[in-house]
Amino acid sequence: MIAVKTKDDFIIYTLEGVLTGTEHIDVPTSGLDNKKIQLVGQNVDSWNTDFVITLFNALKHIPQENITYSKLPKGMEQLLRLAFQAPYKEQEIPPKKLPFLERIGELGILFCRSVKKGATFICECLSSWGRQLIGNAVYRSKDFWMILADCGPKSILIVSLISFMVGLILAFVGAIQLKTFGAQIYVASLVTIGMTRIMGAIMTGVIMAGRTGASYAATIGTMQVNEELDALQTMGISRTDFLVLPRMNALLLCMPILILLSDFMGIVGGCFVCVLFWDIPLSEYIKYAVNSFYLTNFLVGVFHGIVFGLIIALCGCYFGVNCGRNADSVGTATTNAVVYAIVWMIVMTGILTAVCEGLGV
Amino acid sequence: MKPDPIIRVKNVSIGYDGKVIMKDLSFDIPKGDIFIIMGGSGCGKSTLLRTLTGLIPAQAGQISIRDIDFINANSKDKLEIMKNSGILYQGGALFSSMSLAENVALPLQQYTSYSQDKINQIVAFKLALVGLSGYEEYYPSEISGGMRKRAGLARALALDPEIVYFDEPSAGLDPVSSKNLDDLILEINKTLGTTIIVVTHELSSIFAIGKNSIFLDKTIHTISAKGNPNELLKNPPNRQVYEFLTRGESYEKRTK
Repeated sequence: MIAVKTKDDFIIYTLEGVLTGTEHIDVPTSGLDNKKIQLVGQNVDSWNTDFVITLFNALKHIPQENITYSKLPKGMEQLLRLAFQAPYKEQEIPPKKLPFLERIGELGILFCRSVKKGATFICECLSSWGRQLIGNAVYRSKDFWMILADCGPKSILIVSLISFMVGLILAFVGAIQLKTFGAQIYVASLVTIGMTRIMGAIMTGVIMAGRTGASYAATIGTMQVNEELDALQTMGISRTDFLVLPRMNALLLCMPILILLSDFMGIVGGCFVCVLFWDIPLSEYIKYAVNSFYLTNFLVGVFHGIVFGLIIALCGCYFGVNCGRNADSVGTATTNAVVYAIVWMIVMTGILTAVCEGLGV
Repeated sequence: MKPDPIIRVKNVSIGYDGKVIMKDLSFDIPKGDIFIIMGGSGCGKSTLLRTLTGLIPAQAGQISIRDIDFINANSKDKLEIMKNSGILYQGGALFSSMSLAENVALPLQQYTSYSQDKINQIVAFKLALVGLSGYEEYYPSEISGGMRKRAGLARALALDPEIVYFDEPSAGLDPVSSKNLDDLILEINKTLGTTIIVVTHELSSIFAIGKNSIFLDKTIHTISAKGNPNELLKNPPNRQVYEFLTRGESYEKRTK
């Protein structure tokens, strides 16, 4: 409770009981030239910071030398004095939005800068690769084998499972349509061509972007946070040679093998549906699948996979190397690595499909 | 006679993304010195260190290391300077996927044609020098922060560099480990004649090891004092230096 009374030159505010910060404190905003404020504590049972803030907000326009304190609870007076000492900061006015054209220009500059940065990184990687071909690139073979083990054998299970499921879905969806023409046996051809031509490569690419690309970005990003990248640079060791090259090599080596596995598992998935749900004999399925297997389709799929491997490695390493120096940046780098890898994979699929179409492949 | 400077810094401005943090920095670091770069938090000490080690470019001025213009040096000269410099980072910056022995061996494998046997011997010697004998096969995650710093120092010393930079060596260490690291710095300077440059604001370290120093003053964005830290304490050139070296004692009371 707050009682107010005026005596001579003083306006006396008597604080008592429980003070919670919900009280209304009436302080005149003008006509205080010859007046002083006195805050008197009397049987204050409890108070909190909220109350001090309310009190300060009510008194902040009054010069501190015009306020006197008497018998206030220990701490309250100290907090009030501190509040008056701290410079009061008006709420900042947000900067005016730039005109539309300037914003477009700024975005254009940012875009050009990021393109330049990305192109520089790709050139560095290519020059590392060149150095590798002439035996001048430096990285530890132990690192390469560890990375290869991580992105190869350890990915087999997830690639197999997802590809099996994709084959299964393709067969289900295809068979429902083909059954209306009594042509469900062609499900084997649909699954085989679909998996070997593109689906195997895309599914493997997406899995590897989420699994390995993210891991590359997180590992290298954490090295940035721990100053390990600085240490490499000051030792005169090329970051692209030491970190990017083994990762790129490992993925380029793994992708064709994983795609082969993915194609096979997809066809097995299709077989599972056809034999168990559509009563197609196993021998018939195998016969149609073998007849629909074209080496050209398989090689197109593998080529897609190699391109995807390159994209995943470059995105993962690029965002890792350009990561900021805090934990939040590592998270952002990881997300960006996955998102950009998937987007670029889809873009490249479109381009490669058009090129293949043009070449009649 | 004063020894020849191994590093000469002339009118250098430092900063990031075109923003200048410190300007007109000029100082010489004599060969075999223990040189302290001191100043309050956020004044640009670590930025100066990163500039001296070539991690970020200087915005203006000249830095010559061993009489080579470091800023405009070609990549061959730069590499030569880097090979002759070791850096101990705040957290050690050890490669987490490598054991301590592999970490220390890395620069040796990179720049020497020594046999693996000889590299192993050098690694064992360097680790013993920093008191980590027997920890060769440990990984950075298996040892304490102080040990990581010492292992980082062993790696920095692997190629017997002429210059070793220390970025906040006492940060995150208990007083005893911090003192041990100071003793190690003094010993390395004494026995190997290595020039040591330390970025720190740890007063006990500054007075214990510093032969020369500069004080970076963020109020004027440049160096406001140079000299031996103990001398600077006795004859402080300005309030900022005195307050820094005495943990905030009143400059006025001192003059009275």
